[in-house]
Amino acid sequence: MAVTTGETFDSSDGASGNQARRVVVQDRIFYYLTLASAVFVVVMLIGVMVSLVVGAWPALEKFGPSFIWTQRWSPVKEIFGALSPIYGTIITSVIAMIIGIPVSFGIAIFLTEICPDAIRRPIGVAIELLAGIPSIIYGLWGFFYLAPFMAAHIQGVWKFSLFGWNFALSLGGIPLIGGLFANSASGLNLFTAAVILAIMVLPFITSITRDVFQTVPTLLRESAYGMGMTTWEVVRHIVIPYCRVGLVGGIMLGLGRALGETMAVTFVIGNSHAISASLFAPATTISATIANEFSEATTGVYTSSLILLGLVLSIITFAVLGLAKWLLVRGDIK
Amino acid sequence: MAVDTRRKTTNTIALGLSIVATVVGLFFLAAILVTLVVQGFSALSPRLLTENTPPPNVDGGGLLNAIFGSVAMTLIAIVVATPVGILAGTYLTEYARGSKVAEVAKFINDVLLSAPSIIIGLFVYTILVMPFGHFSAWSGAAALGLIALPVINRTTQDMLGLVPNALREAAAALGTPRWKTMTHVIYRAARAGILTGVLLAVARITGETAPLLFTALNNQFFSADLGGPMANLPYVIYQFATSADPNWQRIAWGAALLITLTILAINIIARALAGGKQQS
Repeated sequence: MAVTTGETFDSSDGASGNQARRVVVQDRIFYYLTLASAVFVVVMLIGVMVSLVVGAWPALEKFGPSFIWTQRWSPVKEIFGALSPIYGTIITSVIAMIIGIPVSFGIAIFLTEICPDAIRRPIGVAIELLAGIPSIIYGLWGFFYLAPFMAAHIQGVWKFSLFGWNFALSLGGIPLIGGLFANSASGLNLFTAAVILAIMVLPFITSITRDVFQTVPTLLRESAYGMGMTTWEVVRHIVIPYCRVGLVGGIMLGLGRALGETMAVTFVIGNSHAISASLFAPATTISATIANEFSEATTGVYTSSLILLGLVLSIITFAVLGLAKWLLVRGDIK
Repeated sequence: MAVDTRRKTTNTIALGLSIVATVVGLFFLAAILVTLVVQGFSALSPRLLTENTPPPNVDGGGLLNAIFGSVAMTLIAIVVATPVGILAGTYLTEYARGSKVAEVAKFINDVLLSAPSIIIGLFVYTILVMPFGHFSAWSGAAALGLIALPVINRTTQDMLGLVPNALREAAAALGTPRWKTMTHVIYRAARAGILTGVLLAVARITGETAPLLFTALNNQFFSADLGGPMANLPYVIYQFATSADPNWQRIAWGAALLITLTILAINIIARALAGGKQQS
């Protein structure tokens, strides 16, 4: 095919054979350039996994699978276990999702169902722009504003008088679950990290949810309204069931982001390798541990253990992201 | 009637809650922006742009070396990632369209696209920092490039997919060689979209911090040596904000405002480009 194109390309100069050959060569070169680039991307992902395994090998050899369920993290004695970072990563992400999902859904419902047209676009654009703000900004704000606020107003004891009675209430004083909120003086803790994460994934999940909601055919929606359904019933019984798969995909994408988030968390989590029953206790996550301790890691095993943590994180996030993509493709959202 | 009243009440409550959610969500996001602007503006001054980062507990100083480092590493990353990303996207949409291999490659690109940036940082550390035994701006740029690459690849795929087949057929009918069809016809048709992708990639890597922790590290002084550690805005924010020095904290806010404004501006330009394209 390329040979014929060569002839028509410039047949007047009498060197059409040469010309044709040159075009074939150029076409081949371009083809291989694109192929090489596409292969490069795939090789990078494989490279990431291989390099992490190689880098983590000394730690993997020394600790074996028990690395996962060992809590002790002692750089001095060179004993490293990933339990507390794994625990922190999962708990912060789960709490962030518990806070973030209902709020994101609320905003998405507002934007698609209730919002007057005049402010729909501005709010939508604002949320998408906020999704682009780097996580370090969220961390910075959390460190200077949210953490002191949490320490002063949420974790502390609320004292007030009513009809001559003095009350001293605190979240830690709640029977049965009070232990979850045992008081702590510092705002740098697991819960603050979770709240920052929730605020951070908010624009992200909202914009995906809104896009998914918009895939519902107008016909379906209008038929439902025509049947006399209220707005909430349309959302509850038509919109959400219709986009169920896509919604779960969007949530998983947000979860993947929360699990791997580094800077927003590192600023506020308090960085302590402890597993405490209280949500108001300092903790750590996988990414925060790596970010904090990498420059301190002087011995080979220490560095290698941090890379092994990275390997664990990438396995968790890649699994979540893969599942998310699969669900989103099934839900026809691309 | 009772049923209707209950339905209406449920509706009002549910919609009320969604409005509350919107207000709460926007409140927090607005709070972050407002504090950023207030704190950041009080830090802005000509010195911020003309002086290097100060040592601790010394008045004054600026961000010149960090701005230079950020711009340099971002530029190198984008200059390398752009052609590779566009070519990869071209292969996946033009040469391997619909094949199983292309589907797998697209999937892998999407995973890489959302991979935690700290993982990319660790990867570059193991291949570019460990073997050479020292941190360098080159490795920082490599990490940023690796984060930009899947973004550009993905937008190229999406944008080339929008180019009508009639253009390809018309070019082929004129006897245009395939690579000329790509470079002179298809890329031109998708130019605005691809440029949008590149801009979004720039916006994405401008604020990336985690991968720079193990690659470019930081440098208190002005350095144009790409083989050594180089200052950059995100690292300065991280280091200065967590210090106890009020001057350092002030500079951190200034840097945060600079980064956010840059990213917002790039995003708005990208949006305008993409929007203009869709309407025409």
